Amino acid sequence: MRLGVPKEIYAGERRVAATPESVKKLRAMGLDVVIERTAGTGSGYTDEAYEAVGATMADAETVWGESDVVIKVRPPSHPEVAKIKDGAMLVSLLQPERDDALPALLAARRVSAIALERVPRVTRAQKMDVLSSMANLAGYRAVLEAAHHYQGFFGPQVTAAGTMPPARVLVIGAGVAGLAAVAAAKALGAEVRAFDTRKATKEQIESLGATFLTVEIEEDGEGGGGYAKEMSPAFIEAEMALFRKQASEVDVIVTTALVPGKKAPVLVKEEAVAKMKRGSVIVDLAAEQGGNCELCVPGEIVERHGVTIVGVTDLASRMGASASRLFANNVVHLLAEIVDGAKLYVDLEDDVIRPALVTHAGEVLPRPAPKPVAPPPRASTRPRVPPAPEAKPAQKDIRSPTRRAWGTTVGGMVVIVTLFVAGRFAPSDLLQHSTVFILACFVGWQVIWSVTAALHTPLMSVTNAISGIIIIGGMLQVSSTLDAASVLGALAALFAAINIAGGFLVTERMLRMFRREPSAGDARSKGHSR
Amino acid sequence: MMMTDGVLTVAYLVAGVLFIRSLGGLSKQDTARRGNLSGIVGMTIAVMVTAAAWASHPGRDLGSDFGAIGLLGAALVVGGGIGAVLARRVEMTGMPELVAVLHSFVGLAAVLVGFASYLSPAAAAMAPGVDRTVHLVEIGVGIAVGALTFTGSIVAWAKLRGSLSGKPLLLPGRHMMNAAVASGALGLCVPTVLATGTAGLPYLIAIAILAGVLGIHLVMAIGGADMPVVVSLLNSYSGWAAAAAGFVLANDLLIVTGALVGSSGAILSIIMCRAMNRSITNVIFGGFGTADAKGPAAAAPAGEVIEMSQADVAAMLRESKSVVIVPGYGMAVARAQSAVHDLTRVLRERGTTVRFAIHPVAGRLPGHMNVLLAEAGVPYDIVLEMEEINHDFQSTDAVLVIGANDIVNPGALDDVQSPIYGMPVLEVWKAKTVVVLKRGMAAGYAGVENPLFHIENTRMLFGDAKKSMDGLVAALRT
Repeated sequence: MRLGVPKEIYAGERRVAATPESVKKLRAMGLDVVIERTAGTGSGYTDEAYEAVGATMADAETVWGESDVVIKVRPPSHPEVAKIKDGAMLVSLLQPERDDALPALLAARRVSAIALERVPRVTRAQKMDVLSSMANLAGYRAVLEAAHHYQGFFGPQVTAAGTMPPARVLVIGAGVAGLAAVAAAKALGAEVRAFDTRKATKEQIESLGATFLTVEIEEDGEGGGGYAKEMSPAFIEAEMALFRKQASEVDVIVTTALVPGKKAPVLVKEEAVAKMKRGSVIVDLAAEQGGNCELCVPGEIVERHGVTIVGVTDLASRMGASASRLFANNVVHLLAEIVDGAKLYVDLEDDVIRPALVTHAGEVLPRPAPKPVAPPPRASTRPRVPPAPEAKPAQKDIRSPTRRAWGTTVGGMVVIVTLFVAGRFAPSDLLQHSTVFILACFVGWQVIWSVTAALHTPLMSVTNAISGIIIIGGMLQVSSTLDAASVLGALAALFAAINIAGGFLVTERMLRMFRREPSAGDARSKGHSR
Repeated sequence: MMMTDGVLTVAYLVAGVLFIRSLGGLSKQDTARRGNLSGIVGMTIAVMVTAAAWASHPGRDLGSDFGAIGLLGAALVVGGGIGAVLARRVEMTGMPELVAVLHSFVGLAAVLVGFASYLSPAAAAMAPGVDRTVHLVEIGVGIAVGALTFTGSIVAWAKLRGSLSGKPLLLPGRHMMNAAVASGALGLCVPTVLATGTAGLPYLIAIAILAGVLGIHLVMAIGGADMPVVVSLLNSYSGWAAAAAGFVLANDLLIVTGALVGSSGAILSIIMCRAMNRSITNVIFGGFGTADAKGPAAAAPAGEVIEMSQADVAAMLRESKSVVIVPGYGMAVARAQSAVHDLTRVLRERGTTVRFAIHPVAGRLPGHMNVLLAEAGVPYDIVLEMEEINHDFQSTDAVLVIGANDIVNPGALDDVQSPIYGMPVLEVWKAKTVVVLKRGMAAGYAGVENPLFHIENTRMLFGDAKKSMDGLVAALRT
């Protein structure tokens, strides 16, 4: 079966849907890989690199016309669709919302088209989620673009010529892109604050070291699928007030607010832009959907009120090499679900594949209602924090003070009664030995508790050795008559001798291995001072 | 040479003090070797003085008594020789087995001493009365404790070696059986006391057999995960066996030493149990580590298991400023400790802070991991205990979990259904990234699913721990 990778024709697009690394994996699945010449050049992958891993280079006609599966990045143009082989499979971003005619065209060619952006955000599909991969890159790149246009330091500087404060960065929307932007800005040394309508993001934002901004209205914007829903007018008014106030304080704003399938909400109005310091920068990641900033011009960098507004829509593409690698890996993971041996296997019941399938067997499929799923956890967030162990039901803590008190009281009474009974009836020899025994138990109890856990094994082997003291019991039984008692005693002495020699020698061997750090650096204090 | 009782008593006193100092010395690494030396000196004094006392026993003629001297000398030399060879040969990974087998020898010696003193002419000649009754009961108890220690340790040894399955053997009504066997053994003391001369020997043998069966059954019923507790418990029993022999022989040094060893083992058992938040009775009778211990609603953890390649792990370690390594029994099995040390060295040369986190019940013996790491050459001051390091995971970039499972199971803290709920664990998931090195997806010894593997910042590196370590070292060196 043949898999084709055409060159992206969209202006400025550097990405490619397969890298030499992913071609290797695709070939391992049993696919013949055909790649259009110079397809990888934009991302720094040469034709030779693809050929070296066993791909065939061809022209666009061959790639489109003779492949059973075509993988690509941008939605195909109509001329491209015309070239595709009848009944082939297409795996790509499709965005049918923006190109109404596309599904019908694909269906007419009986193409099975999988829209990568429609792969649901469930845990199983995390590794196929190109939106997250690309959003991550875009968020990161947005901060670098902002830094590029900003004329100051991001991190604080203390120099002989004067002290520079850190740049203040506001990130609006804490999805994958927003969190990536927070992390990147933080890494550059900026003071970062972030806003999101979803309460659940507070912990994630704070775990990255940024401040979570909030409005005084109780309303959770959790909209399912990792996106926020639209908020009430009162909330939006409070939000705007917050942004106006923030605009006068911060140097950089990165906006990442998207509502799926709709025009992006306008969050930064002209009045807010006007309040910003001259030389400030706004990077609008929602530019392609109209922009979160009122003054944003999609695809362009403009200056308004002295503020640079970056509306470029190819942020992920600007990181071509990395973007291609992540994209290609996502596609490989998706294909692994579909390619079975040398056959395509499209499961219309599969809850990852079905929602992504736009056309199949000559028909445009209706979009299934999204299942209510929790957004998958993000790589950049901290894991759940288990509740403190204090909150324990069922099992009783064996160290509970009440239990201990009862144990001590009852045990103590039993011991006292036993001792009195023994004192009344037992021979004095036994009492004497018992005294020694009990005192020795207490001494042992006091001494052993102070042994450090690291030396518990040597402690056991040393106790092995000294319990070999039973040797003297054996020795004393050996008498001149060489009777049964002597033989048994000698045997006891033999086993005890094994213990003594073995125990002490192995302890010595172990203890000789315990070494302190050669240089006196104390790792413990180093660890705590971090 | 004349040995008076007074000299003997003073020598035993000195030996006893030296033994206490020996155990006290082990409390810190700095004084540990001095402690061991005290033990050796104490033992030498005790044995020499006993030998002298034995030689100067009235009626002994050293000139003609070759038989007895030869027998005793041969026993000491052969025993000492075997012990020395064992100590030299044993692999550090095999320490649990060695400790277990040495426990069994103490138990066996206690049984032998019991029988010997029953058969010795002095005892046989004792007139009926309270003294004789007490003496015989002492012998009976001594033999019982010794036999139980002996067989129990042999079973523990076989389980540790893998000759016996680590799965607990759970017979129906096993508590009743244990109680019946124990009371049977105790009851047999009565006919022993009633029999005159040495006619009670069959009863004593029966006591030994019953106690032996009890020992086998008790240890068979304990699961693999509880081996550290079992070994410490047998350590304790071996002490009590020696103390019982001391009562039989009316020898204070034996009593003192036995009591010291007994309480030492008991404390170790308590420490292990606390580390698992379980009571000692629960360990002994619980039959823990079974498949049926799984809670009814042991829900399959959500989330995906994500694999990571060796190269990626190496790249991540290269970027990490602080790394914590959590070793478990799997490291011992794969004999990966030197490779782990190599990795530690490479990372530290790069300026990375590397520390080790040791859970109290990691491995099959208390402190086992520390010994293995020390053997590989890891300095002990970067090897920390659970309480010392648990709050540091938050500021740790990468955690490598090598062959450990239950001790890093977050279910122990938040899953009430989990059989190990309530056990303190190393909270590795708070670190930025956790890499779990494992051979496969099998559950740990407790047979419990580990949600850690499904947490989003956990990555799995499958394969033999040693090979993985070597691979990481090679990747980091380039």
